[in-house]
Amino acid sequence: MRRISGAVGRLSAGFRLPQENKVKEPLEQIAADLVAKALRAGATSADVVAVEGEEFSSVVRLGKIESLKEAGSKSLGLRAFVGTRSASAYSSDVSALDRLAERTVQMARFTSEDPASGLPDAALLGRHAGDLAIYSEDIRGLSTDEKVSLARRAEEAARAFDPRIVNSEGSSFEAGHGLKVFANSLGFVESYRESFCSLSVVPVASQNGSMQRDYWYSAAHSLAQLEAPESVGRKAAERSVRRLGARKVPTARVPVVFDAETARSLAGHVFEAARGDAIFRNASFLAGKLGERVAGENITILDDGLRHGGFGSRPFDDEGVAASSRPVIENGVLRTYLLNSYAARKLKMQTTGNAARGVAGPPGIGPKNFYLAPGIHSPDEIIRSAKTGFYVTELIGFGVNTVNGDYSRGAAGLWIENGELAYPVEEVTLAGNLREMLRHVEMVGSDLEFRGAIAAPTVLVTGLTVAGA
Amino acid sequence: MPREERFFFDRYGLTEQSLGGWLAAALSEGGDYADLYFEHTTTSSISLDESLIKSAIEGVAAGCGIRVIAGEQTGYAYTDDLDPSKILRAARIAARIAAGPARVSTVGLAAHEPPHNFYPVSSPSTERDLTEKIDLVWRADRAARAYDPRVHQVRVHYADQVRHILVAGSDGRAVSDFQPMVRLSVATIAEADGRRETGATGAGGRIGLEFFTAESSPESIAREAARQAIVQLEAREAPAGEMTVVLAPGWPGILLHEAVGHGLEADFNRKGISAFSGRIGQRVASELCTVVDDGTVPSRRGSLNVDDEGEPSRKTVLIEKGALRGYIEDKLSADLTHATRTGNGRRQSYAHIPMPRMTNTYMLAGPDDPEEIIRSVSRGLYAVQFGGGQVDITSGKFVFSASEAYLIEDGKVTAPVRGATLIGDGPTVLTRVSAVGNDLKLDPGIGTCGKDGQSVPVGVGIPTIKVDRLTVGGTAPKGLQSFQ
Repeated sequence: MRRISGAVGRLSAGFRLPQENKVKEPLEQIAADLVAKALRAGATSADVVAVEGEEFSSVVRLGKIESLKEAGSKSLGLRAFVGTRSASAYSSDVSALDRLAERTVQMARFTSEDPASGLPDAALLGRHAGDLAIYSEDIRGLSTDEKVSLARRAEEAARAFDPRIVNSEGSSFEAGHGLKVFANSLGFVESYRESFCSLSVVPVASQNGSMQRDYWYSAAHSLAQLEAPESVGRKAAERSVRRLGARKVPTARVPVVFDAETARSLAGHVFEAARGDAIFRNASFLAGKLGERVAGENITILDDGLRHGGFGSRPFDDEGVAASSRPVIENGVLRTYLLNSYAARKLKMQTTGNAARGVAGPPGIGPKNFYLAPGIHSPDEIIRSAKTGFYVTELIGFGVNTVNGDYSRGAAGLWIENGELAYPVEEVTLAGNLREMLRHVEMVGSDLEFRGAIAAPTVLVTGLTVAGA
Repeated sequence: MPREERFFFDRYGLTEQSLGGWLAAALSEGGDYADLYFEHTTTSSISLDESLIKSAIEGVAAGCGIRVIAGEQTGYAYTDDLDPSKILRAARIAARIAAGPARVSTVGLAAHEPPHNFYPVSSPSTERDLTEKIDLVWRADRAARAYDPRVHQVRVHYADQVRHILVAGSDGRAVSDFQPMVRLSVATIAEADGRRETGATGAGGRIGLEFFTAESSPESIAREAARQAIVQLEAREAPAGEMTVVLAPGWPGILLHEAVGHGLEADFNRKGISAFSGRIGQRVASELCTVVDDGTVPSRRGSLNVDDEGEPSRKTVLIEKGALRGYIEDKLSADLTHATRTGNGRRQSYAHIPMPRMTNTYMLAGPDDPEEIIRSVSRGLYAVQFGGGQVDITSGKFVFSASEAYLIEDGKVTAPVRGATLIGDGPTVLTRVSAVGNDLKLDPGIGTCGKDGQSVPVGVGIPTIKVDRLTVGGTAPKGLQSFQ
């Protein structure tokens, strides 16, 4: 048997066939069989991700159904190791898996020997025992009419909110459920079910010949957790209407308040910078900063895989490592990077269970429930604290470089004068550096709400340049 | 090579009768039109990182998407199992959008190839040996590292795709196409004096591997990525505020894609939610500007023989000498507004509903000497390379992020500046174009456009242009004076 993971020094344990009673789903058997086929084809170890699911979406615009979509799909992906070389293949055709296994093993012989490659340490494999509340039957029981009605109600509420809501890009309700299976040649075969639903609406407001759009949405694992359609519609309309009459402001350096939606993107940049694959390449402004202060003392960021109903909650990650929770930044000090087993071996650390992958290709790194812990200030209090400032409600563009921290994005929102929201602002940019921004979060809001795997409350950041006229 | 129009018939046992039967099922509850979209896509990719080939991936995805149009409404279903019973089931699900008597679908579907082939390849990349592709990747790694000792990290990604499609509509149209795609991308990080800077570029198109011998070598792509990172090591703070901006030719054409392209997509205009809605015939650019969307440029990443609704590609004038001429149409919007289809109905895959999308969007060359354009600027920004861009269709505000830019001082290109986002207003930005160079260039073949969660490959192009006023999102608010 060949050494498959130099860094950890573990030997391949050989493939143990899953016991009959252990395999609960037909797709688990298919995945386990594919692992076996890969070993027969000459792989020294292998793992398989298999997914199947159904999705539904309905779009309503101006009260009429614009589209209905419904479908089911199934696909699976294999990663095969030959010693420390590896390759992957995927397919939606489960009838040609012998060929898939042979081809994957054949390809692996052409890749490089990489001592950090391999499956995770067998001791880390497992699943979280408790119910994470990521699957609900209530979505599956909905009729098409009921699904359409949710979208229709949200749009109706938006259009009724204000006479200046004159048009709509539409309202959409989406729902789906699926099964994800993971199997590897260490004998691990497990699966879990997940469901989701979301409701979003994009009203268009008009005044004096100029138009503005904005949106609001709700997303959840279960219908019962979804925000009421009327509430989604009203919030969306309120956001569109308040942008009417937006103007450009002169270029200035002012305090910037990021609402919870835009603050979420800042947390996302911290996630990108804390990814172990960026760290081992020295391709992050957080590289080499473990144990050091990288943010103000009021900043604590957690990565929690166990949150009840969380969008990033999973019983195990996409390498079969059991879910866990840990602080990433604690009172401003960087406590951990986010790792899959490959990045962990590169950095001589232990995986944090952040392996994430679809069926195509090797595991990458993804967030669990990655969030900025809430502070004590209400959003109103934060806005009132600024004599002059910019309350940002939308960011566009991709001008963020997590290698050096450079930050420059398009922004829209409301200008703050004497602690009050004074008028809407558009066609401006925000620029600074993430390194400095993390140290200059002057206030953290109490309004943390999970609307995705990454979340943050309202924050006030100083030192940014607003470029406009 | 087997005949392309027989691909799905031979491989999956489709017959003209079975296509007709599924279309009949799709229209069994009424509706104006139905189509079947068969897709078989093979992909392969190779990733190099830290001078190791860390992954090789191959995959196959096949499926059929079925659409029923009834007025403004679309019913859609798809299956990734091409068993006839699964296709029939999907057709019946898609049919539910309509409520009326069954419509009889046109019979006598005979699949044919498109009237032209804009991307002939002698041997598709998927049939070439893995070692040939690995060799390209290694050559790029070596060249990037050899460029300058300050280049510390090199990542190379090779990806190819071969896509077979067959579109069969209830109007009797049945068209097949074979769509190859190859791309080689290089990303670098250079380090010096505690600074880390990045560079990234790539090249490709609807081509075979011979492209890397004839057109663009892995070495030239790698050197360009390395050069960008090295230049940034010297970059100073970018200016903040409004100023004259000169765009270099090629990929900076992303300006057109964001500022006008999306806003001219017919779905947004039909619904009256684009900043360009109702403005056909009006002046939206200076007289120097003529902008086209052209799916017929040979071998380009955004080119198509036929769109994903079976309509042949063409060259569509969007803006002619400053006046708005036309929109980017798909079947649904064109039919509803009695406009002519433009061959821009595209979808990411069989799992997606088609919509109006760009192909290759570019501005025609003008009369000006590029060097003269720069000499005419006393103070401004010269933007050479860009990352991505984004647009708010309704307000018309758009951004695109410069990753390599220089100050222009007294008519000369001087110091490089750090990455900065540029923001402007789509319907007015081109009215401020005061010079258009004679040096039209298309991008190297790297663009992917996202809309409503669907990604499609696109191209852009532009000659050197001068925009008299655009907001530059740097950090130095005292205009062009660095103040630290």
